[in-house]
Amino acid sequence: MNLSMRWLSDYIKTDMPVKEFCHKMTMTGSKVEAYETEGSEISKVVAAKILSVVPHENSDHLVVCQVDIGEAEPVQIVTGASNVNAGDWVPAALNGSTLPGGIKIKKGKLRGVESNGMLCSLGELGLTVNDFPYAIEDGIFILQEECTAGQDIKEVLGFNDTTVEFEITSNRPDCFSVLGLAREAHATFGSPLDIKEPQYKGNDEDINNYLSVTVHNKELCPRYIGGIVKNVKIEPSPRWLRERLRASGVRPINNLVDITNFVMLEYGQPMHAFDLRYVKGNAINVRNAVNGEKIMTLDGIERELTDDMLVIADAEKPVAVAGVMGGEYSGIMDDTTTVVFESANFANDSVRKTAKKLGMRTDASSRYEKGINPENTLPAIKRAFELVEMLGAGEVVGTVIDCNNSTPKNKSADFDPQWINGLLGTDISEEEMVKCLESLGFRIENGKAVAPEYRTDIEFKADIAEEVARIYGYDKLQATAVKGVAKGELTEKQKYERLIKNTMTSLGCYEINTFSFISPKYFDKIMLPADSKLRNTITITNPLGEDTSVMRTTALPSLLDVVSRNYNNRNAKAMLFELGKEYIPSSDGNLPAENLVLSVGMYGDDVDFYTIKGSLEELLEKCGINDCEYERADSSKVFDEKCAFHPGRSAVIVKDGIEIGIFGELHPAVLSEYEIETRAYAAILGFNTMFENRVTEKSYKALPKFPATSRDLSLICDDSIPVGQLEKAIKNSVGSILEKITLFDVYKGKQIEEGKKSVSFSITMRSAEATLTDEQTDAAMKRVLKALSEQGAELRMA
Amino acid sequence: MKSQLENIKALAVEELTACTDLKTLEGLRVKYLGKKGELTAILKQMGKLSAEERPVIGQLANEVREYIDNEITSKSAQLTLKEQEEKIKSETLDITLPGKKKNIGSLHPLTIVMNEIKEIFLGMGYDVVEGPEIETEYYNFTALNIPENHPARDTQDTFYSAENFVLRTATSTVQIRTMEDRKPPIRIISPGRVYRSDAIDATHSPLFHQIEGLVIDKGVTMSDLKGTLETLMKKLYGEDCQIRLRPHYFPFTEPSAEVDIMCFNCGGKGCPMCKNEGWIEVLGAGMVHPKVLEICGIDSNEYGGFAFGLGLERIVMRRFGIKDIRLLIENDLRFLEQF
Repeated sequence: MNLSMRWLSDYIKTDMPVKEFCHKMTMTGSKVEAYETEGSEISKVVAAKILSVVPHENSDHLVVCQVDIGEAEPVQIVTGASNVNAGDWVPAALNGSTLPGGIKIKKGKLRGVESNGMLCSLGELGLTVNDFPYAIEDGIFILQEECTAGQDIKEVLGFNDTTVEFEITSNRPDCFSVLGLAREAHATFGSPLDIKEPQYKGNDEDINNYLSVTVHNKELCPRYIGGIVKNVKIEPSPRWLRERLRASGVRPINNLVDITNFVMLEYGQPMHAFDLRYVKGNAINVRNAVNGEKIMTLDGIERELTDDMLVIADAEKPVAVAGVMGGEYSGIMDDTTTVVFESANFANDSVRKTAKKLGMRTDASSRYEKGINPENTLPAIKRAFELVEMLGAGEVVGTVIDCNNSTPKNKSADFDPQWINGLLGTDISEEEMVKCLESLGFRIENGKAVAPEYRTDIEFKADIAEEVARIYGYDKLQATAVKGVAKGELTEKQKYERLIKNTMTSLGCYEINTFSFISPKYFDKIMLPADSKLRNTITITNPLGEDTSVMRTTALPSLLDVVSRNYNNRNAKAMLFELGKEYIPSSDGNLPAENLVLSVGMYGDDVDFYTIKGSLEELLEKCGINDCEYERADSSKVFDEKCAFHPGRSAVIVKDGIEIGIFGELHPAVLSEYEIETRAYAAILGFNTMFENRVTEKSYKALPKFPATSRDLSLICDDSIPVGQLEKAIKNSVGSILEKITLFDVYKGKQIEEGKKSVSFSITMRSAEATLTDEQTDAAMKRVLKALSEQGAELRMA
Repeated sequence: MKSQLENIKALAVEELTACTDLKTLEGLRVKYLGKKGELTAILKQMGKLSAEERPVIGQLANEVREYIDNEITSKSAQLTLKEQEEKIKSETLDITLPGKKKNIGSLHPLTIVMNEIKEIFLGMGYDVVEGPEIETEYYNFTALNIPENHPARDTQDTFYSAENFVLRTATSTVQIRTMEDRKPPIRIISPGRVYRSDAIDATHSPLFHQIEGLVIDKGVTMSDLKGTLETLMKKLYGEDCQIRLRPHYFPFTEPSAEVDIMCFNCGGKGCPMCKNEGWIEVLGAGMVHPKVLEICGIDSNEYGGFAFGLGLERIVMRRFGIKDIRLLIENDLRFLEQF
């Protein structure tokens, strides 16, 4: 809402710098977004009288003017405009002047002839022909205002208003008006409010001779007032009225249209004016549209209506969409003689839905949407008539048709000073509270605060507390601490999340943050089978675009997106992770499951399968998940993402038969889908499975008292036998004295038979009771070799 | 023989003086004092001497031996020191060459600041409670006193699913769930992802993070709210941070307030950063609406409290001077490495 300070001053005097005004209004709840003093960008532009105009010696489209700017010597200014003549008064931007849009004018030579400034057009002063209808758009602004040579043009044109832009909250539709803000200013500053009831004379005719009004849907139209102005004289509005519209951001059109806009701005009540010639049967019918009925609206677009929309119709057809926009043929034209004024109240919901359905939000509809007071319709139309008479714009028919189905009710709520002080933590006296409330137009009756009729937002005693608090001043509230003690603590799960994140960073990974929604096409990019359960998603019906249209059921595509972006941004190496949610629909109408997963992605010259495996091993160890087994990824029953991995270079992590996660090198086809031209690795681990299978207890084991014995074994076996299998065999056969198995070499190639490999382990054994004897170790090694032999691995003979 | 000894001594002195390294010195030790050394050789001839000469020569020989031994020892110490010095000298490193780093990653800036805020509230006795991001209209709107026809429910602002679930537009949903589940006193914050139908640009994202707070107890006042928010802001932005509450409207609180902090760029005078206002809006807050309490089954005559909500992205952007919100979503390593 743009408020003209000059307009406001008609109703309340606020003699203070505008900055202070804005601050105080903001602090009582009318938030000021910005303010601007009209013409603040214009400086050193003066009214000048043209003394002579002579052709330019070097140009046939330029002329050289001598202008009087009220100084001893005339000033020479060159202009390209053809509409200037000796004796004209014009705006002259002098050397060093500024104009809207940050333009600076300096003296200089135009084709060899000195020019000490610029003569201005309307546009160059930030004006349009609507502001000064006598001027022309293309050419110098020839002034018809009273002025003297050298007078500041801002003074000449009446640029002395300041426009303050307010943010009006949705509970206060009454503040979308000059009067509403004047009332708030009164409560804020205490200066007297001077609102008079509008007065008009009107003739002694009966409106029923001109018009009939029938409201067919009283629910959607609680009140409809129609009035008639005849013998209208369409002409531009006077300057003061144009200036107020301009300051409010509304384009002046002609006196009658301007009056409707003026009243809307001042009273907050949208008004409409119809040309009676186009109201067939002189009948106004407020009714629902018929499905398929059409109307050409003022903006020249034909719109098809549906039966849930309310229209203003004549005897035959709709002439306006109620509360939204008028029809093209019913508007005010230059030859209009008799005008119907409409001041009506429409149900906010209906206007909102209609405006949305038709895709047009107008000044009127946005006011109706917020819900306005039916009681305001009568003063508003009276004000319109007052202005019609004041402007000599026509003859007002003395009576109006008022179809009033609204039941005015002043809202009220308990006024409980003690409770209010308890809520605010204040010690405000009852007298002061009453003063605050009265300044807002409330009255106190039988322990209740009764709101003025324009306040539709009052319902609870808390509402009264807010009114008191905002006028008393939020800034006067003390800053106190909440009483009582409480202990705050993260849950075990929250702590575990932190542990995972911190461990990942210590492993050199960077945390990422990706969107929860993805494109359904991403499932194809990771080669998810057509029948995968992961393709069953929560789908957004009104997404911003396909890319963000389904809630992800797997974190893999978002991760790969980031990996790809980093690769294509030429980051040589990346190690990334996210602890994010997957959203799995549930079948029974319940909310979907939102499961946390850890996703990890990496690539780089020194990154391979064993890098990501090592990172995960370290992570799992730190997170209390020990003794995991690794199985080929394609055996996974949990992770449908297995299809995105290289079948020979991926694994599922299994703990006691439970699949904790999947990881490995990405499938070459997936890499190519993501335009990653290097090997890259990824992992997905279920947070809940990690959490549920973690071991939290740690207990100290005494440091060994006796020395350890180590034996190295070099084995030879078929290449196809996994090392893990040999390790398991060793582990099971050594027995309780086993301390550690370390793999130190895997070799294929020279000296090894084709299809075989050499595997070397170092086995460390120790007893807690005594130093191991050779017999004990030898026996253990014998068991080991036997077990290995059963697995197909034999001792390698050097 | 005596002169032989004298010669050996003189020669030894000469050679020891000339000796410049430990290896040569070891050679000299062997040459003079070794089992096959010159002195030993002479001492072996002692048997040929007369009884009178023997003690004299013996003593002399011992003196020479002792002398050479001492000389070698002191020379050895000298040379060891010298060699160590030379070694140290030759081992000088360019200490400006980079160290061998174990690369440590980092948390996303959103997590860093989120953790900071959680710590502040944990310290004030708040629990951290999370809830679903995909919600029913009831928890997202109805229970928060947002009526059926309210524009916030519009598909222009809110994402809906085919099942008519909504992507929560605020984490206030968690407040409702908490009030249903727990009995007062309640002190929680609810951090998490929220969704609004805003196209992505430098300052908007359809997905962002919020932290909402809720305190419900007997006798909780709006002054307590002000004090709590002041503490939060001072901990986040420093002790000089000044806040102001100004009246606003939210359907789920009454009285409601928007909270501004004094612009740290201009100190409240007004500058382009604060759009000339001198203040920057940081959060919304208010006293929980009695209707909301009743909806959650809490007696509004007995209990009351406050709620507040702040957006994480804006705090993070201000903290680190990030001008474009998309950087927080793109996850370019060159960005992530800076935190």
